[in-house]
Amino acid sequence: MKRFIGFIKKEFYHIFRDKRSLFILFGMPIAQIMLFGFAITNEINNVDIAILDKSKDATTLEIINKISSSKYFSVEQLINNESEIEPVFKKGKVKAVLIFEKDFSKKLVKENNATLQIITDATDPNTANTISNYTNSILQKYQQEINKNIKIPYQIIPKSRMVFNPELKSVFMFVPGVMTIILMLVSAMMTSISITREKELGTMEILLVSPLKPFQVIIGKVVPYIFLSIINAIVIVLLSIFVFKMPVQGSLFLLAFESILFIITSLSLGILISTLSSTQQTAMMISLMGLMLPTILLSGFIFPVSSMPIPLQIISNIIPAKWFIIILKGIMLKGVGISFIWKETSFLLLMTMIFIAISVKKYKIRLE
Amino acid sequence: MKTIGYIIQKEFKQIFRNKGMLPIIFIMPILQLVILSNAATFEIRNIKFSYVDHDNTSFSRALIDKFKASSYFNVVTDFPSEKIASSEMLKGNVDVILEIPHYFERDLSKDKKTDLSVIINAIDGAAAGVENVYINQIVRSFNKNAIANLMQPSDKNYNVKTIDSIPSFWYNETLNYKTYMVPGILVLLVTMITLFLSGMNIVREKEIGTIEQMNVTPIKKHQFIIGKLFPFWIIGFGLLTIGLILAKVIFNVPMIGNLALIYFFTAIYLLVVLGMGFFISNFTDTQQQAMFISWFFIVIFILMSGLFTPIESMPQWAQHLTDFNPIKYYVEVMRMVMLKGASFKDILPQFSIILTYAIVMNGLAVWSYKKIA
Repeated sequence: MKRFIGFIKKEFYHIFRDKRSLFILFGMPIAQIMLFGFAITNEINNVDIAILDKSKDATTLEIINKISSSKYFSVEQLINNESEIEPVFKKGKVKAVLIFEKDFSKKLVKENNATLQIITDATDPNTANTISNYTNSILQKYQQEINKNIKIPYQIIPKSRMVFNPELKSVFMFVPGVMTIILMLVSAMMTSISITREKELGTMEILLVSPLKPFQVIIGKVVPYIFLSIINAIVIVLLSIFVFKMPVQGSLFLLAFESILFIITSLSLGILISTLSSTQQTAMMISLMGLMLPTILLSGFIFPVSSMPIPLQIISNIIPAKWFIIILKGIMLKGVGISFIWKETSFLLLMTMIFIAISVKKYKIRLE
Repeated sequence: MKTIGYIIQKEFKQIFRNKGMLPIIFIMPILQLVILSNAATFEIRNIKFSYVDHDNTSFSRALIDKFKASSYFNVVTDFPSEKIASSEMLKGNVDVILEIPHYFERDLSKDKKTDLSVIINAIDGAAAGVENVYINQIVRSFNKNAIANLMQPSDKNYNVKTIDSIPSFWYNETLNYKTYMVPGILVLLVTMITLFLSGMNIVREKEIGTIEQMNVTPIKKHQFIIGKLFPFWIIGFGLLTIGLILAKVIFNVPMIGNLALIYFFTAIYLLVVLGMGFFISNFTDTQQQAMFISWFFIVIFILMSGLFTPIESMPQWAQHLTDFNPIKYYVEVMRMVMLKGASFKDILPQFSIILTYAIVMNGLAVWSYKKIA
């Protein structure tokens, strides 16, 4: 036991002596959560559009006014004929062109119907679709206004209630995700380097001839990083509560427990990577290249998992971040207890055990 | 010139001898491109839908059938009470609960008006908004049919003014996300590989101690830098080429514009990335530090590139920050040229920014590199 404590001490010294890395470790997560918490949103606002108004009458002017005063659109330019659309799109700034047909007002009065054409630059399908939806809802409102004297019978009126996030703030969606990504990548990266570094610098031999058991070496490597990551997690949670006004509906204790569990999962993944690679470069490339994009894309951080093709939904199950994001949203936003998230928790536990088991088994006691 | 050739030869040998690295440089990015491009979709489908039907008439069931028929909704189950339904929502098993009130049909024909209550899990606010739109669409079309059936001769004839909107989606009629995402993800992969490799390269020599040998050999500063970075420049091109071929063969991404234009832009762009990597290398002592710093920038570049979330919706200060993001310009150019067939004139603004960036970045890198340990 004394030997083991001595080993842990050595690891702490290594970490605290490298002031520059230490500064990066604590400074970067804070900088990132501040930046992303404010900047990342999948709402679509201030889209630049162009308008081709062929009738230029009172009605079209009114509609254009409504559109340009909404927060969704800003009218970038007015164009005069269809041939201008293509060059405008090619420049890339304008994302949609609204075309009012000729005699818009006249038709609306005489035939009770007029047509507005929405041409969108669908290279970005999400923005294109959303623009079309927003325009429709503005039109819908306008129609209600002009028809307000007519009472249509037999109306079914859906009353929607947005639960867990009534103001539809996208911060609620992204802060748990950013938190997960940062904890995951930092923890895995830190530990993945630790063993390979000893190999590369040649100090591995000393560890191998020491009377420490393989599992002691591995645990001794992880313990200091658990402390560092817990400090990181606390700072991030405090920032999300006080800066981004994230609620914590559930128990803080449970949140702490789950965070520690997730930190241990990421750290053991890092250890696994480091036992599998021979140079720091390989270890880092695996933990960065191998983890970054899959974690961002498959965890449900930005893109909803339920919309992905079935094979990818299955693959997403092996991404630890996916489960932690569900747990975080559950505790912070829905206020659920362990009985609602025991499944996700046990997945994380299981993964941790598998990672550690493989690492201990693969840990070579001989140099090549 | 001959000296540079030798350094390049040495670098290539080092890269190709490290058998552990080769699959990471060439196979992992390609795998990720092929697999992950399928994941990146904002399309809202398979919405986990459930209902509580208190009315339980053929009329209310007809409404449920409308939801069952829609491709957006995946009708999970029905619940006997709202309480059970809410608890399932807490567990995350359902995202939408539609509650049909008692006497739904009777009220509609008698009072000529009835409410439906819809509960939506709004943690993902944007998705919740879209789900709400879909629900309203379905209810409205159901309502239209119902009105036609329920209309009595005694009801007053009415005359509603309507404005129809006809959406048309240019360049991508089927709203296929892959054509949008594949070029973007390719950009990320090329950038990550080249930045990480170049960022770690020189600092590795420092850490292992071989940099001293380089310093005492009679090579000039510029020869050393060119020799070090050229191999990664080539690797970047290699990846881009493989990626473009796969984009065409597997995803059938349209390539309307001139491919030479893409390569030309990439040539300059890679200089920016490599210069950045070299710069990081100069300012760090260990590979660990170099890695942390490149990681920090890459995460910021990726998430603020407009690839996954729109830049226009960011606060003003954040939009200004993205002006310094090289990935943003590269993603823009790739999409403009490949999907819209933009010409050199169209991408001139992006091109001049990247060119300036390349000059500044490499200037800094050369300036900060000293041949002293």
